[in-house]
Amino acid sequence: MFRFIVRRLLQLIPTLFGLSVLLFIWLHRLPGGPETAILGERGTPETRAAIRRNLGLDEPILVQYARFLRRMIRLDLGTSTGTKRAVTTEFLERFPGTVELTVMAMVLAVGLGIPLGYLAARRRGRFLDHASVGGSLIGICIPVFFLAYVLKAIFAENLGWFPSSGRQDPTIGATRVTNFFVLDGIMTREWDAAADALWHLVLPGIALASIPLAIIVRITRASVLEVLNEDFVRTAEAKGLTERTVRRRHVLRNAMLPVATSIGLQTGLLLSGAVLTETVFAFSGIGAFVAESISQRDYPVLMGFIMIIAVVYVLVNLLVDLSYSVIDPRVRVR
Amino acid sequence: MRAPRPKVAIAAVAVAALAVAGCAESDRDSGSGGSKKDTLVFGVAGDPKVLDPSFASDGESLRVARQVFETLVRPEEGGTKVTPGLAESWTPDAAGTTWTFKLRSGVKFHDGSDFNAEAVCFNFNRWYNAKGLMQSPDVTAYWQDVMGGFAKNENPDLPPSLFKSCTAKDATTVDLAFNRVSSKIPAALMLPSFSMQSPKALQQYDASNVTGTAEDIKYPSYAMEHPTGTGPFKFKAWDVANKTLTIERNDDYYGDKAKLKTIIFKTISDENARKQALRSGDIQGYDLVGPADVEPLKKEGFNVLTRPAFNILYLAINQKGNPKLADLKVRQAIAYAVNRQALVDSKLPPGAKVAMNFMPDTVEGWNGDVTKYDYNPEKAKQLLAEAGATNLTLKFHYPTEVTRPYMPNPKDIFELLSADLKAVGINVQAIPLKWSPDYLNATTSGSKHDLHFLGWTGDYGDAYNFIGTFFDRPKDEWGFNNAALFAQFKDADTTADAAARTEKYKALNKAIMDFLPGVPISHSPPAIVFGKDVTGIKASPLTDERYATAEFK
Repeated sequence: MFRFIVRRLLQLIPTLFGLSVLLFIWLHRLPGGPETAILGERGTPETRAAIRRNLGLDEPILVQYARFLRRMIRLDLGTSTGTKRAVTTEFLERFPGTVELTVMAMVLAVGLGIPLGYLAARRRGRFLDHASVGGSLIGICIPVFFLAYVLKAIFAENLGWFPSSGRQDPTIGATRVTNFFVLDGIMTREWDAAADALWHLVLPGIALASIPLAIIVRITRASVLEVLNEDFVRTAEAKGLTERTVRRRHVLRNAMLPVATSIGLQTGLLLSGAVLTETVFAFSGIGAFVAESISQRDYPVLMGFIMIIAVVYVLVNLLVDLSYSVIDPRVRVR
Repeated sequence: MRAPRPKVAIAAVAVAALAVAGCAESDRDSGSGGSKKDTLVFGVAGDPKVLDPSFASDGESLRVARQVFETLVRPEEGGTKVTPGLAESWTPDAAGTTWTFKLRSGVKFHDGSDFNAEAVCFNFNRWYNAKGLMQSPDVTAYWQDVMGGFAKNENPDLPPSLFKSCTAKDATTVDLAFNRVSSKIPAALMLPSFSMQSPKALQQYDASNVTGTAEDIKYPSYAMEHPTGTGPFKFKAWDVANKTLTIERNDDYYGDKAKLKTIIFKTISDENARKQALRSGDIQGYDLVGPADVEPLKKEGFNVLTRPAFNILYLAINQKGNPKLADLKVRQAIAYAVNRQALVDSKLPPGAKVAMNFMPDTVEGWNGDVTKYDYNPEKAKQLLAEAGATNLTLKFHYPTEVTRPYMPNPKDIFELLSADLKAVGINVQAIPLKWSPDYLNATTSGSKHDLHFLGWTGDYGDAYNFIGTFFDRPKDEWGFNNAALFAQFKDADTTADAAARTEKYKALNKAIMDFLPGVPISHSPPAIVFGKDVTGIKASPLTDERYATAEFK
């Protein structure tokens, strides 16, 4: 298993190299550059040229790429052209928000999705099944930002049960340690701050969970149905195991393999940032920041963030692969 | 394997929580979390970029700077007139190149050091002697805009510096000498970029040490964590992870102390989300209110303030584009063809006005006696016929995905204008482009654009800041080279006598409207909103709202 992990991690190097070349070419082929975004309507051809020169954008692309590679090898991602802060700092301040939101959404999606999918399969053709399948279809079809607006309008604006924006009430004056606000609250025993941060995660979490929840319900249902028809289930029932044991040890466990894959993919997707949900809830994560960086032509941020996201994605998928061997002992990673 | 997994998971989470609980120090001060009525949370559209106002040019950085810092002279509250700030009075010498400022005494910076003439000179010398990356146009944008260059220009394209020297004559008297007369002085010194900062803090935190490599500018810690001014609020914390910036009352302020203890600026980039946050009580005010929201918010009882319009939206005509556009008659036809009043009435916020000059009438030098080009499609058709341009096709650029204070809804504006042009027989080829960078690039460089619209929000109350910005030299945006007009600008800018200068700007406005490089369209008043129980803030045309006077009813 150790060798498997090392091999997978080593595979990251050519992946990242290829990605960096593609990104570099793509970014520098976009029309316009950061100088226009920086200067806005105040720019003149002279000031724009001066900024391009300052940013080193007037040099041949190969020279720029070599400089980028040299920095990457030292794990230096450079400075944002928009905020003038280190890209690593920007990432460390924003990524925890995305992680918290992802965890919240996935806990909701997995916690509800697997039981619902399982029950739907067991009660196939009955009301609960139709409700789950129909509901999940709606979940997939509703655009996330629309759901986010509706949730916000009802539960924040009208009823006032939840906050409408941000990650934490700024008047609390919470201490920052890791920028994972819930964790920070626990670590510093500022329980009100932790609870408030959790409270801020609810509405965006629900909005973001809608699609993974729907997918997990459907995959679980299909997978359980398939397993229910397997010979070994019949055998298990025939040899007199309790229904509870059959369900848990034989049906659910065997049905989990495709579900785990889907959970991994969904988690990876959410970790790369939820632009619309973050924008609607003014939630500080990486999604909205990356989107803004594209229009600002903030090359260092785009390069840095996308490279880190790629690493995270690979790691999440590695974890999924490792989880297979836990779920199904027949799968051995080599 | 035996224990049911959910229980194992819950137990693991509980153990982990216990393990980390209390493993970090809380740095809350015991007195914090005071009454909510002592704190105003204000929604802003973007994060500030930098806290050293000398490096700032974005609105959000300047908003913070205006509370934490003060300038020698400042705009009157709610207006654009130059009034005393840290200087109580100021007088030019006979030549108009040396200005003597008499400073307020007994003023202290937030770090306890004294504000005096030495401090003023320290600040000016810091800007003037900027080296290396501090000379980059995105770092010291406003210094370069007002003063041109530096003591030693490292970029040969930079003009020589307008600023010459600073002399501290005694503790409260300071002379600022300039290399020539300029109409920008003293009004430009109201800009937050000329804020007085503590020399002690500037040195302690190495404020001028803008480091990094050319493509990788890094600001010193002063600019990100230690802004130290004399204003009614002190900088407290910038929490990027929660998108908030907190300032706190300066209890040692020499003037009227701030009424609220804490102001928190919270970034909510989406305009609709800001509105919802106000309604749900997350925030108690926000800026950049959509024109369509002004009336509904008022009806709901929110305190909507309308800033006097201090901007201009114009239709630009590029004379290097379609060759016909170099013909004055064609430009006049375009001016007569567009129904500006209809546009103002239907697409701009309440209080918007049709523009007669390329600057608002609150600025000295505005001229009501210029050629007016009232809507007259018949005359437009006639002029086009006279110019032999009856089958004219023009490329009309307009921006997407943007709202500016002078232009809330570019697409609507485009549709109205292009319908007007079509009505007089001009064929319009629509070219929608993303605002940044595509649109700005396409319309302000090269020569492929024929028509486009753009605007400007004034920085300070001076004619040059408007019309000089557009027309004082050849620019790709307009594509003309009118040496007589450029000379007129130089003459006006270097006239020391204020009354004579105003007359020259009036003449310039008349000359511009006769030459008609474009069509001034409108001035729109931007709105800012506060909660139903928030009072005390006066809207400023320069967006110089002072949060020190805000209070809850």
